[in-house]
Amino acid sequence: MCDQTFMAATFGPCDSCSKASPLMNIYIKSEAINYCSFCVEMMACQGLQKGETLASLKKESENLKKKLEEERGKLNDVELHQVAEKVEAVAALSLKTRRVLKGHGNKVLCMDWCKDKRRLVSSSQDGKVIVWDAFTLNKEHGITLPCTWVMACAYAPSGCAVACGGLDNKCSVVPLSLDRTENLAAKKKSVAMHTNYVSGCSFTNSDMQLLTSSGDGTCALWDVESGQLLQSFHGHTADVLSLDLAPSETGNTFVSGGCDMKANVWDMRSGQNIQSFESHESDINCVKYYPSGDAFASASDDATCRFYDLRADREVAVYQKDSIIFGASSVDFSLSGRLLFSGHNDYTINIWDVLKGTRVSILFGHENRISRVRVSPDGTALCSASWDNSLRIWA
Amino acid sequence: MAEGSKDQGATGAAEPEEDSPNMIVYRKMEDIVTRIQDEKAGGVAIRTVKSFLSKIPSVVSGADIVQWLMKNLSIEDPAEAIHLGSLIAAHGYIFPISDHVLTLKDDGTHYRFQSPYFWPSNCWEPENTDYAIYLCKRTMQNKARLELADYEAENLARLQRAFARKWEFIFMQAEAQVKIDRKKDKAERKILDSQERAFWDVHRPVPGCVNTTEMDIRKCRREKNPHRVKKSVYGVPDDGQSQPSPIHISSQPSRKPTKEDVQKEITFLNIQLDRHCMKVSKVADSLMTYTEQFMEYDPFVSGVEPSNPWISDDATFWDMEASRDPSQQRVKKWGFSLEEALKDPAGRDQFLKFLESEFSSENLRFWLAVQDLKRRPLQEVSTRAQEIWQEFLAEGAPSSINLDSHSYERTSQNLKDPGRYSYEDAQEHIFKLMKSDSYARFLRSNIYQDLLSARKKQPADTEQGRRTSLEKFTRSVGKSLTGKRLTGLMQSS
Repeated sequence: MCDQTFMAATFGPCDSCSKASPLMNIYIKSEAINYCSFCVEMMACQGLQKGETLASLKKESENLKKKLEEERGKLNDVELHQVAEKVEAVAALSLKTRRVLKGHGNKVLCMDWCKDKRRLVSSSQDGKVIVWDAFTLNKEHGITLPCTWVMACAYAPSGCAVACGGLDNKCSVVPLSLDRTENLAAKKKSVAMHTNYVSGCSFTNSDMQLLTSSGDGTCALWDVESGQLLQSFHGHTADVLSLDLAPSETGNTFVSGGCDMKANVWDMRSGQNIQSFESHESDINCVKYYPSGDAFASASDDATCRFYDLRADREVAVYQKDSIIFGASSVDFSLSGRLLFSGHNDYTINIWDVLKGTRVSILFGHENRISRVRVSPDGTALCSASWDNSLRIWA
Repeated sequence: MAEGSKDQGATGAAEPEEDSPNMIVYRKMEDIVTRIQDEKAGGVAIRTVKSFLSKIPSVVSGADIVQWLMKNLSIEDPAEAIHLGSLIAAHGYIFPISDHVLTLKDDGTHYRFQSPYFWPSNCWEPENTDYAIYLCKRTMQNKARLELADYEAENLARLQRAFARKWEFIFMQAEAQVKIDRKKDKAERKILDSQERAFWDVHRPVPGCVNTTEMDIRKCRREKNPHRVKKSVYGVPDDGQSQPSPIHISSQPSRKPTKEDVQKEITFLNIQLDRHCMKVSKVADSLMTYTEQFMEYDPFVSGVEPSNPWISDDATFWDMEASRDPSQQRVKKWGFSLEEALKDPAGRDQFLKFLESEFSSENLRFWLAVQDLKRRPLQEVSTRAQEIWQEFLAEGAPSSINLDSHSYERTSQNLKDPGRYSYEDAQEHIFKLMKSDSYARFLRSNIYQDLLSARKKQPADTEQGRRTSLEKFTRSVGKSLTGKRLTGLMQSS
């Protein structure tokens, strides 16, 4: 091999030394390898050691995966909906639109409730972030950001600030002033810096720390005051689209979901991936913890929502219907965890009985995709944000 | 019209990833419309309908489509079937033959199926030149059914201004298309014309209608071929001026897993194998118990007293929650677990009060201090951590807490490099202590039980409430009589 001249079909980074050079496209044990000629020589000299070790490691990994599946399978002694047969069915729900928040000039991409149970913040494709008193429909603050597609926004626990970010690859914190005439955008402070769009953000239990998820495949924890990166979370192999903090007072974990179809649970202290779930057939658009923190739900482009329990380390329910063919973009639980709300790309919101696995109701009203659904902090209302430029409050 | 062969249609502009989010939905809709058209397999009847002086080829009624959807997709509510059908129409798979607006109606309105050549799964991104050719062609044909709608006439005028220099070229292309169309037979032309119109209704929708070709920008980077060669609907050669859409830049090429990646995976899998997991039956019981316990607190399930503010426009419920006296229902929640008690600020206060009365509040105060430490800005953490050590753990600390020697050692080690999590072990230990010891006593205490049964607290119990026995007497008497006369007496004396 070393002595032949060859026709370089491709040019690019070598799989072995990463230097950009003409590549030889060869096969080792039916695996395609693109090495530069130097590395091919090295490999030949080492007698195929490199190729073999990678392949044997992969085999080991496959065996472990099979073993894990077997072990977990032994614990799957019954289905959740079977156990739930003895529970009374939920009374018929008649949720209606109680408020329509109009004011955004383009698709509303994200929203978050304030802890005071009536205010909320929303962000839009047109670069505007609005803080509303949803009860009175009053727009209390408006912030214009220099970039469009503000995909993430969050209300600070104190109610004194909001965070927002998106296509600018940043997440900024904006203090809310009581002075209406003040230009809030001027006080904006950049906190998070990613190398791709920011898809989600959340304050941890204080105004001082911000957790973000990004299209660059990572999540990160930031100190708001200094902008310093406190911890980064690597493990997803594609864009991370959503994150949610565990509701526990004592816990230090969060869950994330992404385009690699995986939902990962992370330890905030160490940055380690504690648990991983892969059963969806397409992008996971949203993840949300069950109120007790022992389980979480996910919404996916495969048109299903799924329920995973952390103690059993497996999926315990799938929420789907033949008539639901459009992806689910967002999910949230009611206060007790009995109901699951899912917003879809077919402009509807489905309401599921979490335990029995059946659909309880469907909400029509929006005129374009639902981008986000969130239950208010005291569970009295559901807010939905949509590509039809509006937000609706349901109760 | 350059009706391509099936092959041409299938490849369209670029090769999309078969499992990209958009493709998944397109394939599902295509499966549905294919099944609807399959008469032998329970599909709807597609017929030629006679009307006035002409025949309308290849149509089906809206009501038939709605019926089929309800039957074959297990839909109980016709409204749902209409909604789904309207979405399938909005994406251009079925269309009303006499309307630009793509919705489904549950009546005798005639609908036609779109040709696979025009299906959205072919990833068409038709240029304005194509649209101009189309509108121009329509004006050349003297047919009432091809008359431009107002918004189309406006679009045409705008395009004429935009393409002023190359209008001659566009005009020629339109003429060529008209020639090709004339060669086709009447019925076929009706069908093809309507399909072509439906295609443009998707890509240049009526103002006010949803443009279903809009993409979620986060999902745009999936195209295999980043430098899309745009294919013209009418076979017009690409003049090289069309730029690859800026949003279709290829995402980071997915790295092939390296040895380190696989090794990490193996370590992770081994950890998972070692993990002790619960059986689903046990987990299911736990989930059911939790949900059962909290259902009375869930407004969507159990309603809210006096009323849900969003429904009644009356904020009394919120005012009550904010008041200093927590309701019995709220107090009951504190009894579910120590976590629940600490989650509620009022619960926290009452628990602290109880501990103070027992002179054992240092544990809770330590726990609260550590929670606060974790919420501080980075630069304050070190100082605060030291303060906590001095207050609770140092030799002769004023609020000395009881830690086992192991946790004590660990914690003092951690403090050599103080951080937000320096006290994690200690905090966990203290939490367990409170849970097993003082929390249980709190639940049995008068403080808690009084609140739970909404018994009014005896004023004599508090410092401020030390009253004379005469006052106590008159208060109780005043309550039993319709007190005006007596209190009037009291006030005067």
